[in-house]
Amino acid sequence: MSRPPTSDGSTGSPSGYVLPAEGLGELFDALVRRGYTLVGPTVRDGAVVYDRLSSPQDLPVGLTDEQEAGRYRLRARPDRAYFGYTVGPHSWKRFLQPPERVLWRAVRDGDGFRVEAAPEEAVRYAFVGVRACELAALAVQDRVFMGGSHTDPLYRARRADAFVVAVQCGQAGATCFCSSMGTGPRCTGGYDLVLTELLGGEHRFYLEAGSPRGDEVLAELPCRPASPEDRQAADQAVSRAEAQMGRRLETQGVRELLLRNLEHPRWDQVAGRCLSCGNCTLVCPTCFCFAVEDTTDLSGQVAERRARWDSCFTGQFSYLHGGSVRATTRARYRQWLTHKLATWWDQFGSSGCVGCGRCITWCPVGIDLTEEVAAIRGSDGLRSGREASGENP
Amino acid sequence: MRARRPKLAVWKFASCDGCQLSLLNCEDELLALADRVEVAYFLEASRAVVRGPYDLSLVEGSVSTPEDADRIRQVRKASRYLVTIGACATAGGVQALRNFADCQEFLSTVYARPEFIRTLERSTPIADHVPVDFELRGCPVDRAQLLEVISAFLAGRRPRVATHSVCVECKRRGLVCVMVAQGTPCLGPVTQAGCGALCPGVRRGCYGCFGPAESPNTASLARAWSQLGATAQEVARAFRTFNAAADAFRAESERHERG
Ligand code: SF4
Ligand code: SF4
Ligand code: SF4
Ligand code: SF4
Repeated sequence: MSRPPTSDGSTGSPSGYVLPAEGLGELFDALVRRGYTLVGPTVRDGAVVYDRLSSPQDLPVGLTDEQEAGRYRLRARPDRAYFGYTVGPHSWKRFLQPPERVLWRAVRDGDGFRVEAAPEEAVRYAFVGVRACELAALAVQDRVFMGGSHTDPLYRARRADAFVVAVQCGQAGATCFCSSMGTGPRCTGGYDLVLTELLGGEHRFYLEAGSPRGDEVLAELPCRPASPEDRQAADQAVSRAEAQMGRRLETQGVRELLLRNLEHPRWDQVAGRCLSCGNCTLVCPTCFCFAVEDTTDLSGQVAERRARWDSCFTGQFSYLHGGSVRATTRARYRQWLTHKLATWWDQFGSSGCVGCGRCITWCPVGIDLTEEVAAIRGSDGLRSGREASGENP
Repeated sequence: MRARRPKLAVWKFASCDGCQLSLLNCEDELLALADRVEVAYFLEASRAVVRGPYDLSLVEGSVSTPEDADRIRQVRKASRYLVTIGACATAGGVQALRNFADCQEFLSTVYARPEFIRTLERSTPIADHVPVDFELRGCPVDRAQLLEVISAFLAGRRPRVATHSVCVECKRRGLVCVMVAQGTPCLGPVTQAGCGALCPGVRRGCYGCFGPAESPNTASLARAWSQLGATAQEVARAFRTFNAAADAFRAESERHERG
């Protein structure tokens, strides 16, 4: 069914439309017809993860999440919402920058060897259910992988092809602080389509397109033009999320705050709790670091160069000729926090944190960066005695 | 002309043979291995013995008898490279539980004629007795890591074996954290990677088979375990299994055993 023209006869965005909840499957079908592999939220092992989707029934229907520092639980909702939860342990970087991949392979050939480029899986993803903070995270990673003169071909190819279906948050989690970071909860761009799920009264989606591709898909859906009430309901849903924001981070001057407090005793305190396990960086949608590793096989005929997700919490990460530059957990946690909130500005012109709260929820000991920043702010200028003792960072 | 193949020897000390079995389990790679090395001494696989010296010795098991303490010196002398494999060889193994108690008391309880038993008071890793070129962790060792170590030796490069936490592997696999999502205590954050996060992959907490990771904050993890409801005794027991005598795990278990 084609999309009815609006009152002025145009079909251009961003005029809103309404899709009945039963019509969500048609969005899936339209994307599959275009050759997209659909990935998005689904339940596995007690959490909302991102994986292949074949129908809206694969979404976490009727479920929500409860999150706190170091704690995550799924709960039933009183309704049949498709998107009634916030972000889980996965992020879209898993698809654009896979956790493990072969970069190239060298095979012995007579006296020499020949280099074979890795066969990259050509896959066109449609990301279904991307939240505002995640759109911001995609933009951050775009700058990292495609911004400068060195770009990552796999990331670039997958990103250019990816169709982004964003979803406005109708509720915020207890560890969310996107409003502090200016990244959400409202999606304002960077998507092909954006949905707002409306649950009061008729279960329906308010839809807007954000690109010509989005317009084309929208035109195939069984939509009706949105009424002013629909639009208002959609707007209120996001305002509700805004009001529920569970955490806050004062960003005013945070770069300078952290950089002038490199010897603050709070770093020692947090190092007493931190496990240096790396979970916070691995769940973070903007952390991009990977290790490049060379290996040879048993036959001695094949050498491979692989990339794997790494973390500044590992010793190998800062290993330089004979030792790790950041040998202590204190140095590693400080690197992490100052990179996210301070030096990222110098490097990429933005914050490295989008306020999604994943690092708080998925830290096994519940270390909360908003609390750490607040503590340093609360005792700005305090210094630990370690300089006097001559101890290294 | 084909160069002489390096001679491989596999030695057993106090152990369960599981790590040697991991090598035999490399079915697909065994032929390629035999092609690259001469299996000169591997009693678990063959009675045929080629005399030393050996280019690469893989040593399974801990030192727990006076004879073993002598024998490991002979093995070291006969080996160009000596790589220890498994928790027994790298940390003393589960038999190092004796280190926490009175060995003589065990002897008289377990054996009808304890006077026939000659054993050491403590079970100790190979590196306590002789210099070791590389230690491969695990109870048992991981097949792929074992092949990686042998391949690295053959290529004259460093083995690519990570020393970070199991959590890194767990997250790369995309598993959902059992501590955070289920409240199941897990040793992953303080345990060295290598198994591919086997236990979290089946929704259980890590048991610490690969021993302490590079910077193990066991005290903080133990506090988190208590918050999840683990008793002091449970914490002590968790740190006291296959790697009970590894420093970080030993110290943490001792902090809780009388708790
Ligand atoms: S915080 Fe650490 S892992 Fe994340 S991008 Fe920065 S250096 Fe890399
Ligand atoms: S630092 Fe934490 S809150 Fe910020 S983007 Fe990363 S995971 Fe989200
Ligand atoms: S802050 Fe938490 S998640 Fe990050 S390394 Fe430390 S303990 Fe692990
Ligand atoms: S399940 Fe265990 S190994 Fe995996 S991330 Fe959680 S604490 Fe780490």
